[in-house]
Amino acid sequence: MTSLSTSSRLSQEPNANHVSFPGAVKSAFTHKLKYETSEDYPALPTYRVVDQQGVVVDESFEPDLTDAEVVKLYKDMVFISILDLIMFDAQRQGRLSFYMVSAGEEALSVGSASVLAPEDVIFCQYREQGVFKQRGFTTADFVNQLFANRKDPGKGRNMPVHYGSKELNIHTISSPLATQLPQASGAAYALKMQRLNDASLPPRVVAAYFGEGAASEGDFHAALNMAATRSCPVIFICRNNGYAISTPTLDQYRGDGIASRGIGYGIDTVRVDGNDFWAVREATKRARAMALENGGRPVLIEAMTYRVSHHSTSDDSFAYRARVEVEDWKRRDNPITRLRKWMEVRGIWDDAKEKTCREETRAEILRAFREAEAEKKPPIRAMFEDVYEELTPDLRNQMTQLREHLEKYPNEYDWSEYEDGKDSLKP
Amino acid sequence: MKRILSHSARRAVAPSLRTPRSLAVCVQRSYSTHAPNAKLNVPIDYSTTSLLAHEPQTALSSAELPPKVRDGTTRKMNLFQAINDALSTALGQDPSVLVFGEDVAFGGVFRCTMSLADTYGANRVFNTPLTEQGIMGFAIGAAAEGMRPVAEIQFADYVYPAFDQLVNEAAKYRYREGSCGRSAGGLTVRMPCGSVGHGALYHSQSPESLFTHIPGLRVIIPRSPLQAKGLLLSAIRSNDPCVFMEPKILYRAAVEQVPTSPYTLPLSKAEILREGKDVTVISYGQPLYMCMSAIEKVEEELGISVELIDLRTIYPWDKETVYASVRKTGRCLVVHEAMVNAGTGAEVAAAIQEDPDTFLRLEAPVARVAGWSIPTPLMFEKFNIPDVARIYDNIKKVLEY
Repeated sequence: MTSLSTSSRLSQEPNANHVSFPGAVKSAFTHKLKYETSEDYPALPTYRVVDQQGVVVDESFEPDLTDAEVVKLYKDMVFISILDLIMFDAQRQGRLSFYMVSAGEEALSVGSASVLAPEDVIFCQYREQGVFKQRGFTTADFVNQLFANRKDPGKGRNMPVHYGSKELNIHTISSPLATQLPQASGAAYALKMQRLNDASLPPRVVAAYFGEGAASEGDFHAALNMAATRSCPVIFICRNNGYAISTPTLDQYRGDGIASRGIGYGIDTVRVDGNDFWAVREATKRARAMALENGGRPVLIEAMTYRVSHHSTSDDSFAYRARVEVEDWKRRDNPITRLRKWMEVRGIWDDAKEKTCREETRAEILRAFREAEAEKKPPIRAMFEDVYEELTPDLRNQMTQLREHLEKYPNEYDWSEYEDGKDSLKP
Repeated sequence: MKRILSHSARRAVAPSLRTPRSLAVCVQRSYSTHAPNAKLNVPIDYSTTSLLAHEPQTALSSAELPPKVRDGTTRKMNLFQAINDALSTALGQDPSVLVFGEDVAFGGVFRCTMSLADTYGANRVFNTPLTEQGIMGFAIGAAAEGMRPVAEIQFADYVYPAFDQLVNEAAKYRYREGSCGRSAGGLTVRMPCGSVGHGALYHSQSPESLFTHIPGLRVIIPRSPLQAKGLLLSAIRSNDPCVFMEPKILYRAAVEQVPTSPYTLPLSKAEILREGKDVTVISYGQPLYMCMSAIEKVEEELGISVELIDLRTIYPWDKETVYASVRKTGRCLVVHEAMVNAGTGAEVAAAIQEDPDTFLRLEAPVARVAGWSIPTPLMFEKFNIPDVARIYDNIKKVLEY
């Protein structure tokens, strides 16, 4: 690498057919004035391995997993869908403050995560519960975070569904949309530099998930451009599910989805059927290999799907879309059903196994749910900690002020449900 | 439009800083100059001010420097050279340090990153696309994966596109990660700030108080080359995200002897620059030179003594040093270039009256000498910044109260 831009040494040759302006070095001259329109180009195709009946349509496809491994990933998808149902209801009963389901997007999250190495680093938006499940998040890990109890690694500070895990290399989710995307580029650059400094480290990539709505943020633009110019080994995975809360894609963009933009940044891009577990898995597997080629580069995957559920527990989506549209998607093209059909054709799954799997999963989640709900809240002290590496004198002082206030007005607050009560506020 | 304007303005700003300005010679200019008969608002003579270490022994006498550094050598540096020295030291000592931003590879529009790309390689010192939110997000991601990025925002005036990343992400990273333990602590953001004589609306701003309202960030402003080197190295080594603001008018103007060995200066610790017993003046960055000139005049005229405090870290700031001084003097003014409304002065004044022991010793209201509550207009800069005459007058008012 050189610190001087090669473009500064370009010059226009006499009688050349191509422009050699520094900004576009391979552009041929034309004597016809013609504006390019998106209509001149067909929409990018959607890669599919298995059709809606579970029949393999990509003849070159060979499953790269054992039957037992496929069953395990299928169970991960089922787990997420059942967790969603239970937690959505729990929020409706007032037992959780908030919840977001990922119905319809289980294949996308589980399928893509299943080809990443455990040491690969992941940034999520918030509808990627399947990523956490596939990588080893336990039932207790999910429910402790949802209840923000003393076992929640986020120490009760974040809204439900804002999961994170050090061991699983998944950064903690934050609510501001698309902020994780340039961070993913920077993290990928860090991984690349760390391997340059220490060749014994394994090659690693970063995977960053986001919705098609978030792709309208400036951070999306910044992230892809920076990843391309700095050659960062990062896989951008867009969940294009048709809606950003109430906003349909027609109000979100007028180009050919998100995929068409990748090419504009010089990023190799593919569009896949997000309801096809195998298509997502194959595309991500190829993307990971590409991201590590030639010292690293970004790859963009746009996975097409449909948000079957409400945006969140604070949203009633029938206020802006027809119930029948949603029912059609549920019935006609469900990612879980599609993989189940493939498994049944292969003879590794049947109704009895399905029934047992669902019953056991439900029982397991409910058991963990009751335990998490009964746990104490984190110590009140946790609200002052981790703002800085060390407590500042101001924060120690404010902690003391709060403790004195609680002692003066003991009946105005219930601190009994917090670990160590008000005593945790001792400096 | 913004970029067309800013790039031409950047060119306008940079060359004028290329030669040390001989301010004593008053030439006819279409922008800020000084009145011919001025007694107070005369140009700051950086070559004689006692705020800079003109002799090696002055530089090495600081009690804050470790003994090994105090036994070492010094070299004459201006502010941009001291920044460059600190960046070079950090890059040399720690392979996880990265330096990037707009135009840093060729040396930076203010020369702070000169030769670093050649010495440490294009992988570690590099240009980014022109995107402040991208620079900040990229830096946060790299920091969260264990690197120590030193990101540059070309002018503090252009940090706002990165505000979401700084406020919602960098500052809250450690907090939201909880026991997962990741943070953006390795992050340092450098940005030139403050007036420069003709920077107008978008090459003059001092947005420090916007950052002081954000728990999780450390906000630092040096006043001199010696201080810049020590504080920048502290910021880079700090495990909290640091906003490091460099008064661009000092890049070439402030020249002093700087220890050649690496050293750090403490964060969140104010420095008493001059001891006094009648009034306390609190400031930071370039206005300290204005304060010193004003103090020298007042002391000479009235035979009193003024204590001058350099806050150095604007947040979390050193309340105890300020309280102790004000308890002694009973009178206080806070001086900064940024707008007076909700500025650093408001925080310092409120804290002083809130501390019972200090409040009881106050003999006059805390005065704030700061920019008016307006943008920084090109042709009116000299009427806007807190200059020697305004500081001088306010010291007298505080004394006469």
